[in-house]
Amino acid sequence: MIQVNGLTKDYGARRAIDNLTFDAEQGEIVGFLGPNGAGKTTTMRILTGYMPPTDGTATVAGYDVVEESLEVRKRVGYLPETVPLYNDMTALEYLKFMASLRRIPDAEERAYETLEGVNLRDRADSYIGTFSKGMRQRVGLAQALIHRPEVLILDEPTIGLDPQQVVEMRNVIREIGKDRTVLLSTHILSEAQQICDRVLIINKGKIVTEDTPENLQSRLVGSQRVVLRVRGDSDGLTNKITKVKGVRTVESKSDGSVEFEFGAGEDARPQVAKAVVQAGYELLEMRPVGLSLEEIFLELTRENSADKKAA
Amino acid sequence: MRNIWIIAKREFDHYFISPIAYVVAFMILLTIGIIFAINIYFFIQNALQSFGQVPDISPITGAFGFLLVLSIPAITMRLISDEARMGTLELLLTAPIRDFELVAGKWLGGFLFILTIVAVTLVYPLILNSLVSPGIDQQLVMSSYLGVILVAAAFLALGVGISAVFTNQVAAFFVTLSTFIFLWWLIGFPAQVLQGSASEIFRYLDMKTHFYDALNVGSIKLADLVYFFSLIALGLFVGTTAIETRRWR
Repeated sequence: MIQVNGLTKDYGARRAIDNLTFDAEQGEIVGFLGPNGAGKTTTMRILTGYMPPTDGTATVAGYDVVEESLEVRKRVGYLPETVPLYNDMTALEYLKFMASLRRIPDAEERAYETLEGVNLRDRADSYIGTFSKGMRQRVGLAQALIHRPEVLILDEPTIGLDPQQVVEMRNVIREIGKDRTVLLSTHILSEAQQICDRVLIINKGKIVTEDTPENLQSRLVGSQRVVLRVRGDSDGLTNKITKVKGVRTVESKSDGSVEFEFGAGEDARPQVAKAVVQAGYELLEMRPVGLSLEEIFLELTRENSADKKAA
Repeated sequence: MRNIWIIAKREFDHYFISPIAYVVAFMILLTIGIIFAINIYFFIQNALQSFGQVPDISPITGAFGFLLVLSIPAITMRLISDEARMGTLELLLTAPIRDFELVAGKWLGGFLFILTIVAVTLVYPLILNSLVSPGIDQQLVMSSYLGVILVAAAFLALGVGISAVFTNQVAAFFVTLSTFIFLWWLIGFPAQVLQGSASEIFRYLDMKTHFYDALNVGSIKLADLVYFFSLIALGLFVGTTAIETRRWR
């Protein structure tokens, strides 16, 4: 559904994206993960026909994004990072305007249907200027969905939403992703893990790696970290855990908890639990620590510089 | 064509909730109303002294042309620059419409708004017509109003074009105003100073002559129409090119 081949974009002397190649199938949710300025938005803008690439090609739904830009735009729904809304219009007027630009025959009916889909039907006649951030984001999503596009491109769709709204937004995206292609960008790893079938990690305009979210963590870091908490004093606990087979590092934290790390594929948790209980501690909690994107990036850049040294 | 109309309609509707549009409409209608009242007053005075001249509509349309120089920059400044500032330009540029359709739609929206103001002022020729027997010169009314409409259309096109170049409304306003002042006044001086064909070229570029010396005195000539239509085309071309350039930046 989306095919990108050697895509490159220069802003003057600065190269925003450098020789990107990837694809996305129908019914697949692909996550674009990367820090700010990595080139996520630039790639999305090229795929939506907003700007042409400096080099390389991209096709969306079988149409070239440069040569057949209008055909691509008919088939793509796009939610930019800055949600493009007219504050002087009501939600209904705005969607009717977008529906008519997209040549939808019964614009009003479709606008109502789409508002229903993003839970804003009861606010159809309110001015967008009075909406909260979460509601604005949903109107923006409705705009991207109004023509039932084959491909949906969402730039940071959950940014600035409260936790409840984030959950709602993710559910909506998952629902859409069942039969359509969704490309979304995020800089939150857990978000990518929760909704994406596949994740592309992009940094400084290049794809660093590409995998399913499940594989990503172990493949990238090769270890898992767990926080453990016991009732009362945790003195001497680190010594006990260090002796367990498979445990690589143990660290006692200032809040009394202990964090340990073991290699992927050699789950040391059962042994650690046994050792802790046998030593007479009352085990209260043991949970994996999610790796933050920052850590993964540190890890990746470390790998990159190590590669360079080796070369 | 349909896309142009959809963009134009949204723009036209927007004017009716925009304070700037009301201020502009109020300023134009008030000034023209005062000029009309003064005109009628002198007509009656002169008529009493029995050497009166039959009043016509040209003072009104003449003032209108001048008012457009000042008011159209305020109408066009936000047309595209504001979309760029608010981020909605990204929405329009990723919608299935051509860049030209967007620019032409914006222009048409502004044009319809000005036409609405022009339509309101049609009450003055109607009043004049009822005061004078056997009525005022209909052809002069038509050609003067055509002049006002063409001046407005050309200014609007240039304004839209300039608005597409800037992201800042204030910058768009001042550049537009400067362009109009240049076309309306300043360009007349080289026409007077220079000799021969150079003078002719500047004389042709001077918008005032196409309005005050032609349409506003009842003469509709092809050269004047070509002048205005060329400016409309130029403005829309500048706007479309500016948007295309934005994409490549």
